[in-house]
Amino acid sequence: MATLSRLYGDISLAEDSVQDAFAVALELWPIEGIPPNPAGWIVTTARNRAIDSMRRTGRGSELEEAATHMSQFAALPRDVGPVDDDRLRLIFTCCHPALSPQDQMALTLRLLGGLTVDEVARGLLTSEPAMAKRLVRAKHKIKAAKIPYRIPREADLPERLRSVVSVLSLIYNAGSDDLAKTQLRAEAIILARQLARLMPDEAEVHGLLALLLLNEARVPARSKEEPTLLRDQDRGLWDRDLIEEGQQIVRDCIRRNSPGPFQIQAAIQAVHVDGASIEDTNWNKIRILYDQLFALTPTPVVALNRAIAISETEGAAVALQQLDGIHGLEQYHLFHATRGTLLRRLDRDAEAEVAFTTAVGLAPTEQDRKFLESQLSGTTV
Amino acid sequence: MKQYLLATYMGEGAAPSSPPSPDEMAAFMKRVADVEQDMEDNGAFVFGGGLFGPDTATVVRYNNEETVTTDGPFIEAKEHIAGFYVINAEDIDEALNWATKVSTAIQKEIEVRPFRATGRVRA
Repeated sequence: MATLSRLYGDISLAEDSVQDAFAVALELWPIEGIPPNPAGWIVTTARNRAIDSMRRTGRGSELEEAATHMSQFAALPRDVGPVDDDRLRLIFTCCHPALSPQDQMALTLRLLGGLTVDEVARGLLTSEPAMAKRLVRAKHKIKAAKIPYRIPREADLPERLRSVVSVLSLIYNAGSDDLAKTQLRAEAIILARQLARLMPDEAEVHGLLALLLLNEARVPARSKEEPTLLRDQDRGLWDRDLIEEGQQIVRDCIRRNSPGPFQIQAAIQAVHVDGASIEDTNWNKIRILYDQLFALTPTPVVALNRAIAISETEGAAVALQQLDGIHGLEQYHLFHATRGTLLRRLDRDAEAEVAFTTAVGLAPTEQDRKFLESQLSGTTV
Repeated sequence: MKQYLLATYMGEGAAPSSPPSPDEMAAFMKRVADVEQDMEDNGAFVFGGGLFGPDTATVVRYNNEETVTTDGPFIEAKEHIAGFYVINAEDIDEALNWATKVSTAIQKEIEVRPFRATGRVRA
């Protein structure tokens, strides 16, 4: 798919052709057996189909151009290398900053994850026709503005990689907000693994992978019906293999000594899963990591999380002071929920009540609302 | 090779409260001249210029096979096009690279738009 996109510079055509080729493969392979190089077979078949399609639509000049590209392709030494390279190119195309983050997520899931339009639509909470329209518009922009299929040059790489890493993280989060969307989480992890393999020198990519693995490790202990606080999770249900892998990556990142926001977030999660119980959590370490994260990305949400760590190391009163210095989260339910929790710890119950009520009013989903109402009645705290 | 429009917009009456000093103006012109030279040297420069404000605009409207000339900009918008370049670029990355340089020089936003087609239409 990525190979074809590069050859033809036309994602719709490449996409259709690959789908055609897969359909042919499904018919032929059971009869003739699987060819020695299935990926190469798909590419060749899809390429022939794309040329057929261009002939049919009378796109002569494109055919000529495609023929030139084909001879380049034939000259490439191996089948595996270019395919990997092409995946990387396609990731950078799908996550190009000239596209909106929603477009970036949709294209990545559709073209790299291989999800159907309907699956992408459900994953990103929109209707199939709306998603189809979005994808057509995004592909049109790629073509019209000539967003290239290329690994960015060295000077642009940090910014462009940030965009790729954040798209994968957004895809994972969409699958984490609703645990039923296993497919989104799985795709994000698969793509992060591939990216880490293809760009072994990029520490933030490894940080992202570790972050996703450490989050995924705790999914079995989370309820599908309501948010499950870390302190309420049965640690016996955590996936030890994923934790071990994630923590090993975090250790490797620390050795690289080129910290970035995703690596620090992964390190924070690594500390969270380290203790045998919530009481064993090393909050001092977490506090220091949040200080580092805040220095790199001074956003209100990071400040909120930092305040929560401070409540564990320096107490609720200091944390509340920090919290009240944060601006821009007035509409964020968890800001008010955190405030309510801190106020209750300080025995300021009336104010806590007000904070939780505000949080309930702002809750984005029914699940969140129910959970916060349970906090309001004081059953969980 | 594609062509792109790099356009900058300005809000109506957005003139700075105090006019730039001669030194500031000279520094501004130098930055712009340097970018334009850079474009020229790299074969990117096609055409460019700054426009008078929307109060100098005149519109010819077409309506039922008749045309009427009126004063005023085409649309009553908060922002109007203030200047633009037309550049040659291999792809959007190259165009964005020039847009970054122009934006840095004039210290304003630049909108990048690909041309669907350029040159004369031949029937």
